[in-house]
Amino acid sequence: MSTNENELILLAHGDGGLLTHQLLEKYFLPGFSNELLDELSDASVFSMQEGRLAVSTDSFVVDPIFFPGGNIGKLAVCGTVNDIAVSGARPLYLTASFILEEGLPLGELARIVASMSDTAVKAGVKIIAGDTKVVGRGQADKIFITTTGIGLLPPQVNLGYRRLKPGDKVLVNGSLGNHGLAILLQRETLGLDSKVESDCAPLNLIIEKLLKRFKSIKIMRDLTRGGLATNAKEIAQSARVDIWLDEQSLPVDDSVRGVTELLGLDPLYLANEGKFLIAAAADEAADLLDFMKKDSLGENSRLIGEVRAGSGNVYLKTALGGTRKINMLASAPLPRIC
Amino acid sequence: MAVITQDLNPKGKNITRYHIVIKGVVQGVGFRPFVYNLARRWKINGSVLNSAGGVIIEAEGEEANLTGFSNELKDNPPKLALITGYKLYQLPYRGYADFQILSSDTALDKEALVPPDVATCPACLEDVSDPADRHYNYPFTNCTNCGPRFTITREIPYDRPYTAMASFQMCGDCSGEYNNPADRRFHAQPVACPFCGPQVELVDRRGIKVAGRENWLQACWDLLQDGKILAFKGLGGFHLTCDAMNSKALEVLRQRKGRECKPFAVMCRDLRTVEKYCRANEDEAKLLSSLQAPIVILARKPGYLLPKELAPGLKTLGVMLPYTPLHYLLFTGPFDLLVMTSGNYSSLPLVKDNDRALDELGEIADYLLWHNRDIVNRCDDSLARVIDGGTHILRRSRGYVPHPVAVRRDAPAPVILGVGGEMKNSFCLLKRDQAFMSQYIGEIDCLEGEENLFSSLINFQRLIGVTPEIVAYDMHPGYASAEVARRIPALHLVETQHHHAHFAGCLAENGIEDEEVIGVILDGTGYGTDGTLWGFEIITGGYTGFNRLCHLAAVPLPGGEAAIRQPWRTAVSYLHTFLGGAGKQAAREIFKDKELPLIEKMIEKGFNAPLSSGCGRLFDAVSAILGICLENHYEGQAAVELGEIVLAGAEGDLLSPYPYAIKEGIINPGEMLAEIIKDRSDHTPVEIIATRFHKTLVKIIFEAVREISRRTGLKKVALSGGTWQNPYLFQSVKNLLAANGYQPLYHRQVPANDGGIALGQVMIAHWRWLKKCV
Ligand SMILES: [Fe+3]
Ligand SMILES: [Mg+2]
Ligand SMILES: [Zn+2]
Ligand SMILES: [Zn+2]
Repeated sequence: MSTNENELILLAHGDGGLLTHQLLEKYFLPGFSNELLDELSDASVFSMQEGRLAVSTDSFVVDPIFFPGGNIGKLAVCGTVNDIAVSGARPLYLTASFILEEGLPLGELARIVASMSDTAVKAGVKIIAGDTKVVGRGQADKIFITTTGIGLLPPQVNLGYRRLKPGDKVLVNGSLGNHGLAILLQRETLGLDSKVESDCAPLNLIIEKLLKRFKSIKIMRDLTRGGLATNAKEIAQSARVDIWLDEQSLPVDDSVRGVTELLGLDPLYLANEGKFLIAAAADEAADLLDFMKKDSLGENSRLIGEVRAGSGNVYLKTALGGTRKINMLASAPLPRIC
Repeated sequence: MAVITQDLNPKGKNITRYHIVIKGVVQGVGFRPFVYNLARRWKINGSVLNSAGGVIIEAEGEEANLTGFSNELKDNPPKLALITGYKLYQLPYRGYADFQILSSDTALDKEALVPPDVATCPACLEDVSDPADRHYNYPFTNCTNCGPRFTITREIPYDRPYTAMASFQMCGDCSGEYNNPADRRFHAQPVACPFCGPQVELVDRRGIKVAGRENWLQACWDLLQDGKILAFKGLGGFHLTCDAMNSKALEVLRQRKGRECKPFAVMCRDLRTVEKYCRANEDEAKLLSSLQAPIVILARKPGYLLPKELAPGLKTLGVMLPYTPLHYLLFTGPFDLLVMTSGNYSSLPLVKDNDRALDELGEIADYLLWHNRDIVNRCDDSLARVIDGGTHILRRSRGYVPHPVAVRRDAPAPVILGVGGEMKNSFCLLKRDQAFMSQYIGEIDCLEGEENLFSSLINFQRLIGVTPEIVAYDMHPGYASAEVARRIPALHLVETQHHHAHFAGCLAENGIEDEEVIGVILDGTGYGTDGTLWGFEIITGGYTGFNRLCHLAAVPLPGGEAAIRQPWRTAVSYLHTFLGGAGKQAAREIFKDKELPLIEKMIEKGFNAPLSSGCGRLFDAVSAILGICLENHYEGQAAVELGEIVLAGAEGDLLSPYPYAIKEGIINPGEMLAEIIKDRSDHTPVEIIATRFHKTLVKIIFEAVREISRRTGLKKVALSGGTWQNPYLFQSVKNLLAANGYQPLYHRQVPANDGGIALGQVMIAHWRWLKKCV
């Protein structure tokens, strides 16, 4: 795609006229091309075999739009693909809707679209419908993307909170907090020379393999906003069980640990975009862990805790021997040491 | 006294009957045998009954004898007793044939107080040391004058069946003594001897017995001499013990317990031995050998070499004397000093049960010396210090709890619970005009701590016989104690500000009622009403409210709690905030090897940098700037180490304070910091800088108080908050205020630190209830 890096998005790119067409022809269609999209009809029409569908939608507003390990486009694909995937479904199609701020460099748009296209290909999903709007300066922040995903639930897959039982094991496919920290460092310009990269990645392929092989998987959840802490708490509350996590087995990269210590932050509350929590029956847990570790997206998988009878609490056995009660993050925690 | 009737008895003499009800700490202190013997002496018939409502005496005799009996009872009760209520009714003659001790009556309102545990008395120590006595070498020897009380009591009245001694059947000899009014053990509930009482056992980490009653002592000595670490079940919980002179053992203990620097307390053979290693003046010696037998912080004698691992970086040492026969026997061997630190890992609650000990201490201790008497109520050792001749309690627990603190309050009034703070937690139940402070609960920001608070509260309510109707708690949004408060069903929940509670506790202890007082609250961290962290407040007010008239300027704490653990961060923030570019440069020189660019950015942008105006943080900053303490391994370390190097006496008197500014009620330490930096680069000794820093604080406080007093006419000044544990600061400010016509009020019964705020919480709640503002 040849682009003039200096060209900017104008209000006229959204008026449905010539510039709108050029934008589509030059930027979106080549990247997302597939037989359904290329029809360019008002709606994409496709047939599906009988079964259960999964649908999920998410809007992506991230500052900065480019960050180590990805950008808003990659995020918009991964986020929705992963939401579909952790429900147990195989994601097939995506739609993508863009709100562009006047003044966005077209070169940046091109890079975002290219990375969406790459990620979709990698995940094996097709982008089959889309929309673009342009708003004046200050009415949006550079670019907002909304994606909707459609997936198909294999007949044998049946995940759900009610299946969680005391004794089930809890696993995670790798290090915690990378995405949240990478974004934060980029946004706050704290002048830190850090190697922390977002873990943004589509999880559907590894999840599909796991579901095929392990029948005792009870639930899965991608660890986005609020990190492991908030998501585990939500699971515990919905399932009315307690979840006990072991601090010493939580995977946290050294780079993440070092920086969070300096900043006084807790990696447990930082978002990921390529991590999922998985709960399964105890007797399959060891095999499941081995199998996860063989996948490139699960090399750092760990067994991090277990489900116990309870009333919706999450407890963390700390390295200091105590037990910390994990709550959803309300606001930045204030010091208590007197 | 209600005079009802007065009958003449058949013999024609002036014989009558008194019915006496005595409330207070009158059970388990030898009260009934005392009454029995007194009655015999005054030729009085009748009875004495231990009831949940207190001690009830029926006394018949000649009027003159009854008066003598009653006066002696009131004026000279047994030394462990505390009489809080004495009512006498004169009733018709009934004709008792003798004087009897009746068995307890549990039906009445629960008014009798459970006494605190008492250190072993000299007579019992003699029994234990006498080969001819049947208590020879018996670690659980006690009598009415000494022994376990609070720690073994499940319910009131304090009677053997309601204690951990219930399962031990008294032998003939013991029950003989128990039932003989002339004996020292008459109705001593925990009486026991080698034949019928609890037994010790030395076990390995798996709980397998390696020594018993015949050889435990020698076996313990051998192990300790071999540098081993023992878990030692005492009165209120387990201790971890090792030879205090063995650096290697100390190091192992530090590493296994997860306690890098926090000083270890030691137990010392006797007072003479203490004086070999530490300076102990008359007041300190008295405190060490008191019935409460707390750990007392003493100055070490220079030149006498104690391993530095005992209390790294400090010139003081926390020392206590043996307070049970078990401890006493341990010191009949080769040791002068043994470490006696709380049996727990890091900041978890003290371990008190045998099975938990195997689990939790099995990896720290090599062997455990335990016994089969249960500890019902966990109770840490108390900690105290003598400043200027007065006792200051830093941790109020064993020996003091559950003795109430008397406050001014009229009945009828609701029962109020104050759940206390987050670290050094201790809660308080206010019943009528008595404030029952709980034992030390410690840190409650973990599940184990929260459960400790909750279960201790339930036990305490049972022992005092109350259920709270109003619950007061700290307004800090992150406190677990507030969550506990919300779980208690109560009519009202009262939110209190941390430093207002410190202040109110100080007023209560000093018998202040509804009166405006000035308060100087110097503290580490408390949540302020404006959402920032406070801790250097000069206020006016009373129980229901306060005005914050003067305070230290706030600085950002880069990293929040991380800055409190790492004082160097706070130091950087102080330098930046008050000295700008020059401060930035100074920080870069002083803290060369730290991640300064990041910390600077966090300060500039306010990224995870909550604002604090706490005095503790100012101490942290100065301590770090002087290179004394860059990392706090325990709460207050940087401040304690800075406070210890102050030059007292003539040397210090010559030094002047640094300049500072107070403008519109805000204390600006900028000029002081600039001079400290300058002194530091001129290689002025840190002792001099530390002294001048302290003197500056004294001057700031005095100036602020004088100004506020001039405006308001108030003369009473309450000093509260953890920073007042600094001996120099306390003594200087107290004396300066007193010399200038002010009346300083300070803590003597409860700690000035967060261990005392529950008292303030209940008093605030009480007054708000009284004035209908809850
Ligand atoms: Fe405090
Ligand atoms: Mg979503
Ligand atoms: Zn005794
Ligand atoms: Zn006996």
